[in-house]
Amino acid sequence: MFLNDSDLQAIWLTVRLAGIVTLILLLIGTPVAWWLARSKAWWKGPVGAVVALPLVLPPSVLGFYLLLAMGPNGLVGQFTQALGLGMLPFTFWGLVLASVFYSLPFMVQPLQTAFEAIGERPLEVAATLRASPLDAFFTVAVPLALPGFLTASILTFAHTVGEFGVVLMIGGNIAGVTRVASVQIYDHVEAMEYLQAHRLSAVMLIFSFLVLLALYAWRPQARKAL
Amino acid sequence: MSGIQARFRLDWSGFVLDVDLDLPARGVTALFGHSGSGKTTLLRCIAGLERPAIGRLTVDGAVWQDDEPKGQRGSGHWLPTHQRPLGYVFQEASLFPHLTVMGNLQYGLKRSPGAARVSLDQAIEMLGIGHLLDRKPAHLSGGERQRVSMARALAVSPRLLLMDEPLAALDLKRKQEILPYLERLHRELDIPVLYVSHSPDEVARLADHIVVMAEGRAVAVGPLTDTLARLDLPIQLGEDAGVVLQGSVAERDERWHLTRVAFDGGSVWVRDGGQRQAQAVRVRILARDVSIALQPVSASSIQNCLSAVVDEIADDLHPALSLVRLKVGNSPITARLTRRSAAALALAPGQPVWAQIKAVALIG
Repeated sequence: MFLNDSDLQAIWLTVRLAGIVTLILLLIGTPVAWWLARSKAWWKGPVGAVVALPLVLPPSVLGFYLLLAMGPNGLVGQFTQALGLGMLPFTFWGLVLASVFYSLPFMVQPLQTAFEAIGERPLEVAATLRASPLDAFFTVAVPLALPGFLTASILTFAHTVGEFGVVLMIGGNIAGVTRVASVQIYDHVEAMEYLQAHRLSAVMLIFSFLVLLALYAWRPQARKAL
Repeated sequence: MSGIQARFRLDWSGFVLDVDLDLPARGVTALFGHSGSGKTTLLRCIAGLERPAIGRLTVDGAVWQDDEPKGQRGSGHWLPTHQRPLGYVFQEASLFPHLTVMGNLQYGLKRSPGAARVSLDQAIEMLGIGHLLDRKPAHLSGGERQRVSMARALAVSPRLLLMDEPLAALDLKRKQEILPYLERLHRELDIPVLYVSHSPDEVARLADHIVVMAEGRAVAVGPLTDTLARLDLPIQLGEDAGVVLQGSVAERDERWHLTRVAFDGGSVWVRDGGQRQAQAVRVRILARDVSIALQPVSASSIQNCLSAVVDEIADDLHPALSLVRLKVGNSPITARLTRRSAAALALAPGQPVWAQIKAVALIG
C-alpha cells in the first residue's frame, strides 16, 4: 500500500474539513462580498480590512485568539457551553470554525472582484424588467459571476487543505478528529518516517499543482477574478 | 389625471437638476439637450434608478414618488423600479450575456403577468429579430443588439417607454438601420415614449413633443413644431435651428423625381423618397436655408418660393444675424438672415414677404 491507513484517514479528514469550510464560506462569504462590492458606507473599508487580516496574520496569532474565544472563558466557549455543545477546541467542529475565519479572504476577495466587474448596469436592466433585487441577484449577478464563484471555491478549498498553524493551535493532533494531512506529515518527520512523509508530501504537491493548473490553464477568465 | 407630472430637485456636487414638467401621455416626447444638461438624469429619476431628495412623480394618475421637502406634505411614497410599469432602453444595449436573445426577451416577460399590450411575437416581428432568437448577444452586431434590447423593453408591455439615446453608441449606418424601426413603434403602438437625444435629426424624425434641457433645467416645453419655431430657442440648436412640419404627399412628379408635400398653409417640392400618395411625412426646413424677398423671384434655381407673413424678428446669438419667424398659412418657418438684410428690407411684423427655401429635407 502506497499510503498507510492513518495517512488515508488524515487525507479523508482534510477533504471533509475543506469541503465543509468551502460550503459554509459560500453561504457567508457571498453576502459579505456582495456588500463589499456595492456598499458606499464608510465602514466598508474597516470591514474589508478585517476580512483580509488572515492574509497577513501569522496563523498562530489567529489560532491563539480563536483558542481564547472558544475556551471556557471566551465568548464562543460560553455560548457553546450554554447550548450544551461543550467546548470546541480540539474537536473537528472547532477546526471548522477556525478554518472559516482563516480562509474567509480567499472566498470573499475573488467574489468581490467578480461582483464589482459586473457593474451596476445589468442590475439596473433587471430592475427595469421587473426583477426584484433578490431575483436579480440570483438570475443575473450569480450567473455573471460564475467564474468568480469557481475561483473562490477552488482557492478556499485549497487554502484550507494547506493550513497548518491554526490546526495545531485549535485542533491539536488527534487522529481521526483533527489530524489533517499537513499535521500528519509533520508527525512523520518528527518520527523520522521519511518515506511516509515523502509519499504524503508528494500527494499534497500534486494536488496543489493540479488545483492551480485548473485555475490558470483550464479557465483563463477565472484568473482575472483573482 | 392623465399624463406625466414630474417635479424633481436633485443636488449633486457640481450639478443641479430642477424640473417641474407636465408631459403628455401619448406620442414621443424628446428630452433634448447637450451632454451634461441633465436629460439622462431626468430619465433615470422617472425610472426610479435615481431617487432625488425632492421628487413627486405621477404617471397616468398613479403616484410613483412622493418625497416633499421637510415641513410640507409628502407621504414619502416610493415605488421601486421593478414595480414601475415601464420599459427602459439604455444607450448601450446591455443585453444579458449569459442568455440567448430569446432568454433576454423572456426575462422581463416572465416577470410581468397580466394583460399583454404588446405580444412577444409582435415585438419580435416589429423589430425584425426573428432570425436571431437562438443567438447569444456576443454574436450580434451593434444594431441587432439595440433592436433586441428595444424588443425586450416592449415585451414587458410597458405603460411608458423610456429611451436613453438608443442610437448614440451606433455609427451612422446602424442608425439608419434602426430609425425605421423606431418610426414604426411610433406609428403602430399606443405607448407614450420619453426619448433622450442630443441629435436634432432624431428629434425631427421622431418627436411629437420636446423638452429642451440646459444646465439641469427645462428651458422650453411644448409641441415640436411650435417649440422649434420659438426664436429664443434656436440659440440652443445653433446651425440646426429650423422647423419641422407635418404634412402629406400631395403629388409626385415622376419625370423630375420630385414630390410635393402639402402642409397646413402651403406646400413644398422635395426630392422623391419613394413615399406613397397621401402618406403622412415630415419635412424639415433649416433657418439658414430660408431667405426672404419682397417680390417673388421668377428667374431663380430655387424651386420653393412661398407667400408668407413676417411674424416676429429677434436677434440671433451672433451680432450680425437675425432670426425671423414667418407664417405660411398656419405653419411657422424660421429664417436666419443678416441684420443688415433685415434692415435693408425694413422687415416688420405683419409684412407680407416671399420665403425662398433653398433646401427641404423629407424625413419619416
